[in-house]
Amino acid sequence: MTDTGKAAQEADVSGGGPLVVLENVNKYFGELHVLKDIDLTIHRGEVVVVIGPSGGGKSTLCRTINRLEPIDDGTIRIDGHLLPEDGKELAQLRADVGMVFQSFNLFAHKTILQNVTLGPTKVKKTPAAEAEKYAMELLERVGIASQAEKYPAQLSGGQQQRAAIARALAMRPKVMLFDEPTSALDPEMIKEVLDVMTNLAAEGMTMVVVTHEMGFARASANKVVFMADGQIVEENTPEEFFTNAQSDRAKDFLSKILTH
Amino acid sequence: MNLHALLDFGPLQQNFGTVLKAFWGTIRLALLSGIGSLILGTVLAAMRVSPTPVLRGAGALYIYVFRNTPLTLVLLFCSLGLSDTLHLQISHDPSTNGFWLATIGMTIYTASFVCESLRAGINTVPLGQAEAARSIGLTFTQSLRLVVLPQAFRTVIAPLGSVFIAMIKNTTVALAAGYFEASAEMKQMFDTYGGTIPIFLGFAIGFMVLTLPTGFFFGWLSKRLAVAR
Ligand SMILES: Nc1ncnc2c1ncn2[C@@H]1O[C@H](COP(=O)(O)OP(=O)(O)OP(=O)(O)O)[C@@H](O)[C@H]1O
Ligand SMILES: [Mg+2]
Repeated sequence: MTDTGKAAQEADVSGGGPLVVLENVNKYFGELHVLKDIDLTIHRGEVVVVIGPSGGGKSTLCRTINRLEPIDDGTIRIDGHLLPEDGKELAQLRADVGMVFQSFNLFAHKTILQNVTLGPTKVKKTPAAEAEKYAMELLERVGIASQAEKYPAQLSGGQQQRAAIARALAMRPKVMLFDEPTSALDPEMIKEVLDVMTNLAAEGMTMVVVTHEMGFARASANKVVFMADGQIVEENTPEEFFTNAQSDRAKDFLSKILTH
Repeated sequence: MNLHALLDFGPLQQNFGTVLKAFWGTIRLALLSGIGSLILGTVLAAMRVSPTPVLRGAGALYIYVFRNTPLTLVLLFCSLGLSDTLHLQISHDPSTNGFWLATIGMTIYTASFVCESLRAGINTVPLGQAEAARSIGLTFTQSLRLVVLPQAFRTVIAPLGSVFIAMIKNTTVALAAGYFEASAEMKQMFDTYGGTIPIFLGFAIGFMVLTLPTGFFFGWLSKRLAVAR
């Protein structure tokens, strides 16, 4: 990403109001307390990287934001609206929150193009021709327009993940959630996915990204959130976090991943 | 009893038209019950994986009851319970009435097997795809209809074929619901001509003519529609 892009984006952030607001969120899996009193505000245009040890609750946090996991206590607001309990309103609200999974989760029986147009045509009732046109634009943007007619199994992991990003973008979401989008990829494919994400960030997309890709965090994130044992232990700018972590948990974690 | 009478193909030839008509009765019953049980079985499978506990419970109860009740009892219930006691009269013609009662019974019974095959297929569709469907804003029914079921069906085409072959053979107890199909005709011929090998063979081959292509068709369809993962 260019410096000007980043500067523009930071200017945006200062002007953007709160888009995703979590207040006092608690979540249990049976006895296990996986999210403990989470307070987190994500502003419009902001890129937040969530980092932390395995089992710390990062995925769960992401999944509660579009209510793939219900919460036990607290509130989550998207653009001022409380997440509805269920039904049609929830489906509508979910469309505002794009999600990209570690395992891509493309619909195996549909072509890449059909994967991308399914949401717009069925949820937003966009006419097929219009949905396809936009889908092709998105596939072009993520660099796999030539694969549009293929099935997911015929694509490499990196291509599949870029298709999954296009599928989420097709709903014109207000915020995009990425749960370890590059963890299942071979090293040579990580960059192509990160490049797409970096461009998205530069264009001003609001993003929550669970990742251990420090290069991405440093280049694109406005904020790093360090999570461990279900709590937000530390919240800081990437520079501060990576060079001058405050908590022992974070220092310990960084020393482990930096030596790898 | 002499050997000559035992191997006499005469009765089969003389009654060929009647036999064909009886088999047509079997085909009609099998086709309609097949379609009916496919629809009902799909609805039941959707109920069994639904997020609503009441629907899940009702679906499970249905399966426990009808999968574990002999078909003859289900059919007898249709004819005695529905028709004689509750006076459910679908047609004034007893034979048409018997046909519909048998179709209802066969559908109710077979649907439980269709449902369980389909549910096995649903379990092979990675959970992540259903989550991805929900995350782009599809409702539960949409994600089931557009993402999960199309893939589930493709993986269970072969087992569904077995369910339908069993169903075709099961039509032979439809007489319990007052419907006259191929096996009833066979029994009648046995009564008239005695239990001869040609009659038996003729009917056995008649059923194979129905079941073998069914098996081949489902096998072919299953290969053709397989989803690469
Ligand atoms: N569906 C579930 N049922 C029960 N426990 C769960 C479930 N999902 C997650 N957990 C538990 O909740 C805790 C937090 O899990 P989560 O997946 O959010 O962690 P994470 O920070 O994403 O870890 P990782 O880096 O390994 O992906 C873990 O202890 C996990 O075992
Ligand atoms: Mg995780």
